Amino acid sequence: MLRYLFRRLMVGIPTLFLVVTLAFFMMRAAPGSPFVNERQLTPEVQKVVEAKYGFDRPLYEQYGRYLADAVRGDFGPSLKYRDKSVLSILGENYKVSLWLGLSAILLASIVGVCLGVLAALRQNRSIDYATMGIAILGVCIPTFVTAPLLVLLFGSILGWLPIAGWGWTKVGALEFPSLKNMILPVTVLALPQIAIISRLVRAGMIEVLRSNYVRTARAKGLPEWLIVRKHALRAAILPLVSYLGPACAGLLTGSLVVEKIFNLPGLGKFFVISALQRDYTVVMGMVIFYAALILVLNLLADMIYAALDPRVRLS
Amino acid sequence: MSVSAMIPGSPERAELLERAVKGRSLWDDARRRLLRNKAAVAGMIVLGLMLLLSLLGPLLVPFAYDTVTKTDVWAEPGVRGHLIGADSLGRDLLARLFAGLGVSLGIGVVAAAVSLIIGVAWGATAGYIGGKVDEVMMRVVDTLYSLPFIFFVILLTVVFGKNIFLIFLAIGAVEWLTMARIVRGQTLSLKQKEFIEAARAAGLRPAAIIFRHIVPNLLGPVVVYVTLTIPAIIIAESFLSFLGLGVQAPMASLGTLIAGGAQDMEMAPWLLIFPSVTMVVTLMAFNFIGDGLRDAIDPKDR
Repeated sequence: MLRYLFRRLMVGIPTLFLVVTLAFFMMRAAPGSPFVNERQLTPEVQKVVEAKYGFDRPLYEQYGRYLADAVRGDFGPSLKYRDKSVLSILGENYKVSLWLGLSAILLASIVGVCLGVLAALRQNRSIDYATMGIAILGVCIPTFVTAPLLVLLFGSILGWLPIAGWGWTKVGALEFPSLKNMILPVTVLALPQIAIISRLVRAGMIEVLRSNYVRTARAKGLPEWLIVRKHALRAAILPLVSYLGPACAGLLTGSLVVEKIFNLPGLGKFFVISALQRDYTVVMGMVIFYAALILVLNLLADMIYAALDPRVRLS
Repeated sequence: MSVSAMIPGSPERAELLERAVKGRSLWDDARRRLLRNKAAVAGMIVLGLMLLLSLLGPLLVPFAYDTVTKTDVWAEPGVRGHLIGADSLGRDLLARLFAGLGVSLGIGVVAAAVSLIIGVAWGATAGYIGGKVDEVMMRVVDTLYSLPFIFFVILLTVVFGKNIFLIFLAIGAVEWLTMARIVRGQTLSLKQKEFIEAARAAGLRPAAIIFRHIVPNLLGPVVVYVTLTIPAIIIAESFLSFLGLGVQAPMASLGTLIAGGAQDMEMAPWLLIFPSVTMVVTLMAFNFIGDGLRDAIDPKDR
């Protein structure tokens, strides 16, 4: 197991390296410069500024230096927010995204599994059709459609929930986001995942319910709910576990839109702004952060999968 | 069967032979199954209508999609000839909707074609040659797979500017990965088949075998996947437009219309609702067709 973990982490290194390289050269190939849009700098001043950040050096030298710094965990200063480093920007903004993402995946898993199991147990009945209809809608309605529509309905027309913004409430020493601000963005993020998860679980459940060991359990006279909970569910949620990796990638994408619409101070909003402003170092830092996150999550999903499914041996 | 059918030269026998020879090909079967699938047929009809509207619609509307009319700012649906209203610049929403639909469908098809060409060529080559080449080529796909795709699309649009043609390419170039995987898997099983062995024995070069014998036989799963790629690309494009990185004004796509509508939704909810409904209906049509095709072409998967 440890050896497997080690090898997977080793394989992750070339991937990260590729990410860094691609992002670096794409960013540099972009027309424009981080120092253009502000006060008109005289050419001399511009040269001094560029020299300060090493932009007067040949590209390969800058690339080498960036790599060397990144390996040591130094992602440099932001080019737009002069007094902040990339790491401090990430540190300030990741919390909102993390809360959003975790709540959404939790909500999506719980609701998705319940719907999927329900649909499978009542296969080809009205509950099944209703659930799968919702699932198809959930896949077909992108976040940037659901978000404004829900805001319009619950925020503007009904006035039940705030239409944008984010707040923290202190409970003892811990800070929690205020529930009111969370409901809409988390729902929007979770909806497409609920759709996919319920489909996955339904398909898995239908297959498992026909298997021999479930028939054996029934023959022993176990009550149905026990069969579902102890025997069938465990096998039926396996596809869900291996889907969690891609799901998190999908959440990251979705959070770009959600953070923009709800005006949340998260990473996603920052990424687009930084890319448009050519804040090279911040963009690079975020791309690396996201790539590493996805790698780790995929690895985690595989390990949970192996822990749940005794047929899989990691070696 | 009547006795006369056994007599050589009899008309009954000729008819029987003809029927036997004609038979029903796999594709006939698939078409039959597809046409029996109500959702898929509905999807095809809706999509056909959408295509027609995006092509002919602009001729039916008395406004151009980019005509700014100051007196018609935020005209409500039905007011002054604007069937479904006008936007914050007094542009007719219906005209913009037709134009945007055309742009979105166009991007979907072109980018899907790009992903199709790259994916099929890559996957078939890797699968057919096998060995080290396969390993390296698929490792490249795996690596690209674990990249945060949307960030690279954002970077690409930042790099290449907001050029509609490059958006096609950028999205298509990222969407080919799954296609390559599917095609490789199919190729691996196809290359064991006798007819490939026969082609090899006949002295065909690998390139000819790949493109003349393997690729045509991959068609089934590839067609299914393409119908599912197009909506994914439409979503990706709209997503970029939503972030302000896609199609640029005064051009419209479904994404820019929804984004614009979301900004003005309290003043003019129709600007959000009509494009959203159009988008959802289009995506559903594609999904139904895709599901129907999968059931039709690959019946063992039902």
